[in-house]
Amino acid sequence: MEKPIALTTPLTDEDVAKLSIGDRVLLSGTVYTARDAAHKRLVQLLHDGEPLPFDLQGQVVYYVGPSPPKPGRPIGAAGPTTSYRMDAYAPELMARGLKGMIGKGARNDAVKEAMGRYKTVYFAAIGGAGALMARSVLSAEVIAYPELGPEAVRRLEVKDLPLIVANDVRGGDLYEEGVKAYARP
Amino acid sequence: MREIHVKEITEAVRDLAVRANTELGEDVLRAFAKALDREESPTARDILERLGENARIAREEAIPMCQDTGFAVVFVELGQDVRLLGGSLREAIEEGVRRGYEEGYLRKSICHPFTRVNTGDNTPAIIHLELVPGDGLKLIFAPKGGGSENMSRVTMLTPAAGVEGVKDFVVQRVRESGPNPCPPTIVGVGIGGTFEVAGLLAKKALLRPLGSENPDPELRELENEWLEEINKLGIGPQGLGGRTTSLAVHIRMMPCHIASLPVGVNIQCHAARHKETEL
Repeated sequence: MEKPIALTTPLTDEDVAKLSIGDRVLLSGTVYTARDAAHKRLVQLLHDGEPLPFDLQGQVVYYVGPSPPKPGRPIGAAGPTTSYRMDAYAPELMARGLKGMIGKGARNDAVKEAMGRYKTVYFAAIGGAGALMARSVLSAEVIAYPELGPEAVRRLEVKDLPLIVANDVRGGDLYEEGVKAYARP
Repeated sequence: MREIHVKEITEAVRDLAVRANTELGEDVLRAFAKALDREESPTARDILERLGENARIAREEAIPMCQDTGFAVVFVELGQDVRLLGGSLREAIEEGVRRGYEEGYLRKSICHPFTRVNTGDNTPAIIHLELVPGDGLKLIFAPKGGGSENMSRVTMLTPAAGVEGVKDFVVQRVRESGPNPCPPTIVGVGIGGTFEVAGLLAKKALLRPLGSENPDPELRELENEWLEEINKLGIGPQGLGGRTTSLAVHIRMMPCHIASLPVGVNIQCHAARHKETEL
């Protein structure tokens, strides 16, 4: 198996262009958490012409609602949630400069089309591996919507977060091609 | 008549909530290892190895293996010669859930269906109570995550659909679920009974340890056959392709109405959590 590719946020178009489906990535730097309720609010702000709680340019959003941290820890278990629920909102965030999304499960055609147009990549994290993923989180700070609890927007500093490229900017989709390769009649 | 104070139930539920979420069963770990022996996809092998590692970290550090620490589903087998003292069974169980989720740093994931306002303490619990002979009290705590529960279904087939119709429904459910329920999954199947019982049988089927044989030889054969069909789908761990889409199919069956063929499919993610105790 190929060695994992180390990447640090913010990501550039060049960083993203060299990734292909199936690549293993170790991601470091800042990532922002947002899931269902936070996405709804972020997109509402865009529609209202209001500023977002963080600049999207070159950034990566992680679809996660972590469990509470034990004392002395930055975060509890922190694996991905299912991404299709964010499909309705994702293209608008990509149009504003979002370069990466982390979640689990396949995306719809509108999201895949937007990924090609805006040069954004979709990473699969391992669903249910929340304890393992938490090890890569160095710090976590709630920066918006604390009233949403696990759904609040957090700024995470991560080191070597283990990811797999699920959709690349050339239309590659590991959820389709991976399954095709192993399906039997 | 044996007397049990409900405080004991609260304590037991609290401990089960924490242990179920942090200690993955040895049966599941063995199933990962067995799957790794057969898996051909490098991505899938990488994922299976990491799932084992995740379970080890969760146990060692006493943190949840998955951030979705689930709806608190509690099966209670209450001996009919037991008298409960000091309060109601429901309140005792829910106090155990409150304490377990707060003190164990577990995520509270229960909310109002429309406003989505969180109840704040992971209650109410789902309680399945069965009165049984004797003076024992058995509690099974089976937290259920949202991702895999969302992919579950109950259907009412026509009797003409027969065993082939049931198989098609089960395999089709797994195919359509794709990556969403966090494969490798365990597929619980309930056949017969009524509408609500088909779903409950499917959920109870998930409590059987992985690797154990169905006591009914006919169902045992169906479980093996359907698992093979499912693992031909190629979905694989996390839906990224591979041989290991499901670790097992578990079936429970009971008689049904002459007009009906109810089928429930309850999909369980690889974080197949359940812990039990007897008071």
